[in-house]
Amino acid sequence: MKQTEDKMYIDPELVVPETPHPGKPPKPWEKTHVIGKKIVRVDAYQRVSGAARYPSDMILPDMLYGAILRCPHPNAHIKKVDTSKAEKMPGVRTVISGNTPRMNPDFTYQGQGKTKVFDSHCRFEGDCVAAVAAETPYQAWDAVRAIEVEYETLPFVVDELKSLDAKAPKVHGTGNTVKEEKYERGDTAKGFREADKILEMEFRSECQLHTPLERHGCVARWDGDLLTLWESTQGAFIIQREMAQLLNMPMAKVRVIGHYMGGGFGSKLQVSKFTVIAAFLAKATGRPVKMFLTREETFLAVGNRPPAKMKLKAGVRKDGTLTALEFFGIGASGAYPAGGVQLLDWQIRDLYNCPNVRCAGTDVYINAGPARAFRAPGHPQASWALEQMMDALAQALAMDPVELRLKNVPAVSQARGGIPYTSTGLKECLREGAKAFGWDKRKKELARENGKSHIKTGIGMAGGLWFLGGGFGPATVIVKLYSDGSANLNMGAADLGTGFKTVAAMIVSEELGLRLDKIQIENADTGTTQFTMMSGGSKTTPVDGSAVRHAAAHVKQKLLAMAAKDLKLSVADLAIKGGTVVSKTDSSKQKKITEISEFKELSVIVGIGNKDPNPKGKAIEPFAAQFCEVKVNTKTGELEIVRFVASQDSGRIMNRYTYDNQVIGGITMGIGFAATEGRVLDGKQTGKLCNKSWHDYKLPTALDVPPDIESAPVELIDNEANVIGAKGLGEPVTIPTAAAIANAVYNAVGIRFTETPLSPLRICQLLAERSKKG
Amino acid sequence: MGSESEEKQCSCKHHKERSDEREGDGGQGISRRGFIASMGAGAAAIATAGRLSAEQKEEAIKSGELAKISLRVNGRTHRMLVEPRWSLLFVIRDRLGLTGIKEGCERGECGSCTVLINGEPRYACMTLAVEAEGMEITTLEGLMKGEELGPVQRAFVEEDAFQCGYCTPGQIMAVEGLLRHSPNPTIEEIRVGVGGNLCRCGAYRNIFRAAQRAAELKSGKGGKS
Repeated sequence: MKQTEDKMYIDPELVVPETPHPGKPPKPWEKTHVIGKKIVRVDAYQRVSGAARYPSDMILPDMLYGAILRCPHPNAHIKKVDTSKAEKMPGVRTVISGNTPRMNPDFTYQGQGKTKVFDSHCRFEGDCVAAVAAETPYQAWDAVRAIEVEYETLPFVVDELKSLDAKAPKVHGTGNTVKEEKYERGDTAKGFREADKILEMEFRSECQLHTPLERHGCVARWDGDLLTLWESTQGAFIIQREMAQLLNMPMAKVRVIGHYMGGGFGSKLQVSKFTVIAAFLAKATGRPVKMFLTREETFLAVGNRPPAKMKLKAGVRKDGTLTALEFFGIGASGAYPAGGVQLLDWQIRDLYNCPNVRCAGTDVYINAGPARAFRAPGHPQASWALEQMMDALAQALAMDPVELRLKNVPAVSQARGGIPYTSTGLKECLREGAKAFGWDKRKKELARENGKSHIKTGIGMAGGLWFLGGGFGPATVIVKLYSDGSANLNMGAADLGTGFKTVAAMIVSEELGLRLDKIQIENADTGTTQFTMMSGGSKTTPVDGSAVRHAAAHVKQKLLAMAAKDLKLSVADLAIKGGTVVSKTDSSKQKKITEISEFKELSVIVGIGNKDPNPKGKAIEPFAAQFCEVKVNTKTGELEIVRFVASQDSGRIMNRYTYDNQVIGGITMGIGFAATEGRVLDGKQTGKLCNKSWHDYKLPTALDVPPDIESAPVELIDNEANVIGAKGLGEPVTIPTAAAIANAVYNAVGIRFTETPLSPLRICQLLAERSKKG
Repeated sequence: MGSESEEKQCSCKHHKERSDEREGDGGQGISRRGFIASMGAGAAAIATAGRLSAEQKEEAIKSGELAKISLRVNGRTHRMLVEPRWSLLFVIRDRLGLTGIKEGCERGECGSCTVLINGEPRYACMTLAVEAEGMEITTLEGLMKGEELGPVQRAFVEEDAFQCGYCTPGQIMAVEGLLRHSPNPTIEEIRVGVGGNLCRCGAYRNIFRAAQRAAELKSGKGGKS
């Protein structure tokens, strides 16, 4: 078949980067042609047309629906489960419980805290008691309600501070301390002696719930001994590995597919009981089972950002240099060990230059659902404390808060023993953000005009960093280039909505000169794509993106080797230009890519890329500074967030569209953390979750966010971090948001709100208390 | 369009089995949720009143029994058997297989299942299928012309107005409904128009922009698209 010009999918206009020698990494891109531009998502059509099939959209022939009976008490022993009535109900095909032989294996929360899938001791409201598979979800829920359970209710503790009382009920028999963490550098006593000003404040951030729009769940199907799971997950390979362990199966016999997923934010990184239960229900009935949780269950049982009670003491010299920081935090894992104070002190340890730092954290058990990683674990909580403290210090020193932070920009990662950063843009973020916001000008304006009206305007800002900018491997990617110049990109990573599929296709396009629409992506399927870790920790672009570039470079190496045979030249003499392999020394010697004989004969070149290790002895961290303006109605307590500017340093900007979208999304989530969200547990009477619905647990809506949020990025290409020069973005964007809002509210009304959420009720309360005091 | 009717009897084996099992039900209409049950019973009575003769009137349909309805979805008529308590959302997604609209909460909180009912944006989870009989229902799929995207969908693509995409069908339907009423909305009208549709990824800013862009595309002022 003759290859015609118009069938060639390689864009002859695109300049392709030099091909690296085998075993050598590609050189940094000097000038990019695709990367960094505003590129519409490669799967946009699928996502707006309904063609994208999310796991919850799966309908299989003969499929049943599963439902789980969950414990209504925060702490209870199950005395008896009677499923006999439920089993006889219309449409019911099976009912399983702790009594069902071979269907109640051990379960752990990320390897910690051993329990059973159906444990006879339910330590939190929402733990699993029994499960049903029926012909319709309605019939499944009919049957769940017909299961009779005899509980012995036990005393409970749901308040993380009360859990440490000697008299508090013990969640696990022994004490309620999960673990204590400590960190120290320098001498804080000395640091405080050197300080001209010392402030000490207490803070609390309320427990935040992920509640992605697509509920947690899966569809399970058995074909003999092969289990296939369509699961809404951030890590198909993690679900595969954990399910294989839980069911004592070979990993190869568990296939997890998660092409699309409707949001996770950390709550879909790990395996959950519902997946195990779905597999059992499918096994017991010999039919596929769809198991998607109800919205209420997603509030109860699939993770949260733990509440944090924090105490922070800071010392500062007159000139604004920090001399000492002392931090103590309590966080609650929930009913099982789950990282209640995970990374809680990292901002304190690493964000600002400070020689003397002491941190301690206590993780406690309470009778509530176990925590899970939530977008930048620990960081927004500590930022709520640290960045308000910085604001208060600036106030105390009569110094500009931006200036104070600029005085304390660190040169090295102090939390890691003083190793250098691959790149650090904190200073640039502070400066550029302030400029884009018009900080100085607005400050002067407000000093003049913020007078008599009961609606007060204020501005605030905060800085931040994320501890992990380079991510973690391993990750493998395959690029298959066909002899017509189209390509398959095969990778394990999910696209959570970050736009990673688009970024990955752009990398292939950049490297090989392919037109974007000729790249087809297969991803997030353990049966057909390559291993990678979960998409968490903002790792997907730096890690999987790097592997994509390596795979594309590998394709080019193979291509040059094939062309060298045709042209009878050495590989070192060859380069790719405009869809053609050309001799560097004699440009008359050339061969069109699509006419290389071995390539045509084989039809395909397979390039394999692996993530290379992160640089040794260096820290990779993204930085941020955010600025906002608020209006506070001092009569009603209403808080309006008027505008936001975010200046982020996440290395190279891969796609300006998806980059900005991450920024506005992170800020929106931060607005929720600051102002609208907070789990309410009934500590006094029932220990139950009071707000397990979106009516009662308020996410920011279109009316709660400013109509415009400006992304004013700082692009410092980080070629030391990896071969694409990018650092993670998804988490750093949400870290400083809440504190920036609190600082703006302080600026508006002169009250420091140290507890989230900044609800109208709380604002009214504090305003009233102040006027009482006079 | 009306002539294109389609017989889609929901007569899979599961339903036949149910008719045998119904006897064991003891007349107890156990339902998914208390409030749905009361709504379901009321709606079932309304839906069946026209068909039952005088002497049959007292026999309200019980849970598990099937009502014969015809639904107009995207210009096509589907004759089907449904339980009176089934939501329109369940019927559209799981029985008709139109999975464009999403299921986020099943209780009128998030708007993922927004469809147009007689041109108005409505939550399909808060509408029973039997209630929707005789109404003109439009889902996300109904905005397409074959494989071609409608103007609101095109605007969402252009403005990158989504991340995970799960709330997106509902957002698109909300904007579509808004623009049918006010073709040239202000930013405040847009915010209110999508105020009943949650986006946890937080792409609201771009959704506002997409709504503005969609208004342009719909009015023919599209320019490049």
